[in-house]
Amino acid sequence: MTTEPVLQAKTAGVPPGEASTGLSLAELKHLYRTMVRTRALDERGMNLQRQGRIAFYVPSTGQEAAHIGSAFALRADDWVFPSYREPGIALLRGAPVRELVLQLYGRDLGRTRGRQMPNHFAFADLHLVSISSPIGTQIVQATGCAMAMRARGRDQVAMTWFGDGATSSNDFHVGLNFAGVYRAPVVFFCQNNGWAITLPVDRQTASTTLAVKAKAYGLPGVRVDGNDVRAVVTAARDAVDRARAGGGPTLIEAVTYRMGPHSTSDDPRRYRTEAECETWARRDPLERLRHDLEGQGAWTQAQEDEVRAAARDEVNTAVAEAEAAPSPDPRDLFEEVYAELPWNLEEQRRGLLRPGGE
Amino acid sequence: MATLNLLQAVNDALFTEMRRDERVVVFGEDVARAGGVFRTTDGLLKEFGEARVFDTPLAESGIIGIGVGMALYGLRPVAEIQFLDFIYPGFDQIVNEAAKMRYRSGGQFTCPMVIRAPYGGGIRGGHYHSQSTEAYFAHTSGLKVVIPSTPADAKGLLAASIRDPDPVIFLEPKHLYRSARGEVPEGEHVEPLGRARLVRRGEHVTLVAWGAMVPVCERSAEEAATEGVQVEVLDLRSLVPLDVDALLASVARTGRLVVVHEAARTAGFGAEVSALVAERAIEYLEAPIYRVTGYDTPFPFALENDYLPTPARVLDAVRQAVRY
Repeated sequence: MTTEPVLQAKTAGVPPGEASTGLSLAELKHLYRTMVRTRALDERGMNLQRQGRIAFYVPSTGQEAAHIGSAFALRADDWVFPSYREPGIALLRGAPVRELVLQLYGRDLGRTRGRQMPNHFAFADLHLVSISSPIGTQIVQATGCAMAMRARGRDQVAMTWFGDGATSSNDFHVGLNFAGVYRAPVVFFCQNNGWAITLPVDRQTASTTLAVKAKAYGLPGVRVDGNDVRAVVTAARDAVDRARAGGGPTLIEAVTYRMGPHSTSDDPRRYRTEAECETWARRDPLERLRHDLEGQGAWTQAQEDEVRAAARDEVNTAVAEAEAAPSPDPRDLFEEVYAELPWNLEEQRRGLLRPGGE
Repeated sequence: MATLNLLQAVNDALFTEMRRDERVVVFGEDVARAGGVFRTTDGLLKEFGEARVFDTPLAESGIIGIGVGMALYGLRPVAEIQFLDFIYPGFDQIVNEAAKMRYRSGGQFTCPMVIRAPYGGGIRGGHYHSQSTEAYFAHTSGLKVVIPSTPADAKGLLAASIRDPDPVIFLEPKHLYRSARGEVPEGEHVEPLGRARLVRRGEHVTLVAWGAMVPVCERSAEEAATEGVQVEVLDLRSLVPLDVDALLASVARTGRLVVVHEAARTAGFGAEVSALVAERAIEYLEAPIYRVTGYDTPFPFALENDYLPTPARVLDAVRQAVRY
């Protein structure tokens, strides 16, 4: 992998076969299934919000190859610091869809306990760190986590995900700078989806690419076609292997596209053209991987139908369960602010639970 | 027991806790090779090596942000911010990240870290080396805010903060770094958080203070005694968690309260102390609650001594309370 950014993202599929990426057919199929499951969750999540059944949703449609392919390069004991637009990482690492859907409903009593907006997951057993809304904060945290891994003599790696907008944030610069100085085993995975809510990437930075920003911090920066899962896995594996071997951090810019809105709270028709959306719809990463598999004679319509139906069923079952699940108990409001309940919270809890409040 | 000043006591606590727990790491600007601009981290690099004691690039959000990541992973980071006045680039990582990690993850992730910062005036440091902005942090759920005023407490409270399962803002009154001297227990010494220290008993007025205002209040109390007024001085030591029982008990004894802090008056922590007493102990009050504080201005350079509460200003408030 070159340390120079490639200026033009590769948009054609790579040649078929395993040799080009080292991905077996079974692995490609697993990636495809995970991408389909993520898409199914996404479509349902958007609808649930439109129906007023959940408060909010952040779609990842169009970015499945980028975020799932990159996470595929990691081991189970590596740590992941996603943003709110990468639900497929949780699915890939083994989170049941029901847990994600319960979170969308604020009813994931064994997890975030309804304490955060939809899409702000946390799975300690998957080393998937609690997701924040402020942009970029996880970048410097991933660096710190990676420094701790090295300090403890472990061969784990941390990977963090963020969008093109985050490359303007304080924590992007600080996180890359610290990682460069300490050669921390961290991979910075930027999903350049073209838009930070309404702002196009060419108004986000005057830089020719986002990957080139790595240069200023003394790290390799690579640019990859984020809708080509093979290319993503290859770039991510290269960076992860280098980090694990003590070669330090890498910035990867995956060029992709946010096919939906930023969230259920905005309308992309107000800031981008139909033509642009159509162009990128033709580059849909799911379609591309499916064509790839079909081209190898490894995928049939029956398999396609089965995978899609299974993904839909899985989400439907999860939705039914979440709708019947209890919301948090009011007394839960006061728990886990601190390890121990201080007197003021204890008193406020008693007030809440007493009819008439204070 | 050894006689130490406050910065030696901080140093002693860091040595003791680092020897006790190999997860404790210390970092910040100029803390390793130079041992800190005030020398609170002197000698740590030599004993513990650069994996556990290291200098950082100049970015407070980075210092605190990597601390959050390290704490998530299981280390016990002790991050130094060179002056409290410089902490704001890291404010987001403190109030939105470290402080909220336990709650927002449903207890799956925690952030046991200490952020140390010298704070307060009296060193001719101007606006950017003198402020007391503890109230910002005390207002934030999920944080603890600890402020020692004696060497023994500096050691004991810092040890307790490092062992605490939640993030702690540990503010060191830099004006007292060398002037405060006292007996400090050798070896491990832990002073539990959330307990005020009764500095001096008195029956007429309660003075509540923290940090560098504690010795100011002690001098006022001595002066008041010559006028026949017995002043009680309560050092809160931690604003969060707050020892409300000690506060109310003292006011119940004296019937009069003067709160003293360096920070600007409006929405300062003195307002919280006053409100708690007004809500819970108004029947004991024989006078209004008075506040002696910094002014609602930026911290001045040339007029520092006019800005900071003095024993004379505190004594005026004590007299007002007694005469009311």
